[in-house]
Amino acid sequence: MKATQSWSAIDSKLLIKEVAGRLDQPTRRAFLRQSIGLGSLVMLSDCDITDGLGAENALRAISRMNDRVQAWLFDKDRLAPEYPESAITDPFPFNAFYKQEEAPDVDPSDFALEASGLVDSKASWTLAELNQLPQVSQITRHVCIEGWSAIGQWSGIRFSDFLVRIGADRRAKYVGFKCADGYSTSIDMATALHPQTQLTLRFRNRTLPRQYGFPMKLRVPTKLGFKNPKHITTIIVTNDFPGGFWENYGYNWFSGL
Amino acid sequence: MSAVSAKPPRIHPLLVRTTHWLNAVAVTVMIGSGWQIYNASPLFPFSFPGTFTIGGWLGGALLWHFAAMWLLVVNGMVYLSYGIFSGRLRRKLLPLRPSDFVRDLAAAMRGRLAHADLSTYNAVQRAFYIGVILALVLVVLSGLAIWKPVQLQALTAFFGGYQSARVVHFLAMSAIAAFVVVHVAMALLVPRSLLAMFRGR
Repeated sequence: MKATQSWSAIDSKLLIKEVAGRLDQPTRRAFLRQSIGLGSLVMLSDCDITDGLGAENALRAISRMNDRVQAWLFDKDRLAPEYPESAITDPFPFNAFYKQEEAPDVDPSDFALEASGLVDSKASWTLAELNQLPQVSQITRHVCIEGWSAIGQWSGIRFSDFLVRIGADRRAKYVGFKCADGYSTSIDMATALHPQTQLTLRFRNRTLPRQYGFPMKLRVPTKLGFKNPKHITTIIVTNDFPGGFWENYGYNWFSGL
Repeated sequence: MSAVSAKPPRIHPLLVRTTHWLNAVAVTVMIGSGWQIYNASPLFPFSFPGTFTIGGWLGGALLWHFAAMWLLVVNGMVYLSYGIFSGRLRRKLLPLRPSDFVRDLAAAMRGRLAHADLSTYNAVQRAFYIGVILALVLVVLSGLAIWKPVQLQALTAFFGGYQSARVVHFLAMSAIAAFVVVHVAMALLVPRSLLAMFRGR
């Protein structure tokens, strides 16, 4: 698997700001002052005892090994625990690589979801069409890579049903997602076909709010939060590793729970 | 054979010394990167100073953490298997009687605990070494529980759910960090013990 840059161009200033926000103060100052390449961030701070690039390559190789271990550990029939309505976290936290008020404002009237890659039907889908498909609901725990977690209720189309409907090649390796906010990510086909993986249109039985991903997100309760893309505009079924926004900066690709 | 018998007896076999230092590296990387990960979303109202963290940012720290975990676990299993099957752990760390522990702890506090014989551990040392082994097992199990709360959900439930498994992971780390402080201080106070962990005698 090779990390390729398949995600659309994003606002680099915004990205630098966001990444800097996740650094410690001294590192952040050095980062902003020297505009160090993002790829070398791994070695910033306190680990200059080894050749930066060599260590980073080794760490990324181990991360790819961890992808394979996690794929092996993944049980397609094991369900994420579900919770009662009383367990729902209120307010549910907002998290993205930008501030809440900068979340994209998608116009529902001219929205169309594109399906591309190894699919029979490349017709796009309006929100009205998607809302007419059979709906399912779940109350599950969203676990963020930062460590916090929150329980929410998501409703929408079982993603495996949708893949069948668009005639996706379900032997393909990956399903990639492109989003209205410039975000992108991708998941393995086994997870895409998991019964709880959901193309979500509603949060707590109301239309998915803008900050949680209007008009739709992918809810994957078997993966970390950043593998749950919001504001999805395009779904790509492919055998070419699509990578993703955070994955390209070193977040583990599989990131299964 | 007189030259051999003149040397002090070997107290740490090569396998123990090797796994000890590999474990030291693994624990250092795990704690340093773990503190950086903690800082992304602190459990308690404090953060760890960046000087003592590894990875530079959350993504870098996670790469270090999920690489060093293999060293920690594989090396730990080699050490424990050897220790259990050779009988060394039982010989060195048992018996541990509460009355001996109280007596030796009181002596240690007064600075009167003898260290003449490096090959035999007093009751305080035994308790500390058993304690840190248990804390390391706990840190690995609670770590697995927060890494895989779906695939290993029985383990996560055993720790009282995802949130409390995080707290257990933190507390086990704290116990290990506290052990390291005391352990390093004692090794520096009794340099012969530090030398023995390199030379074996």
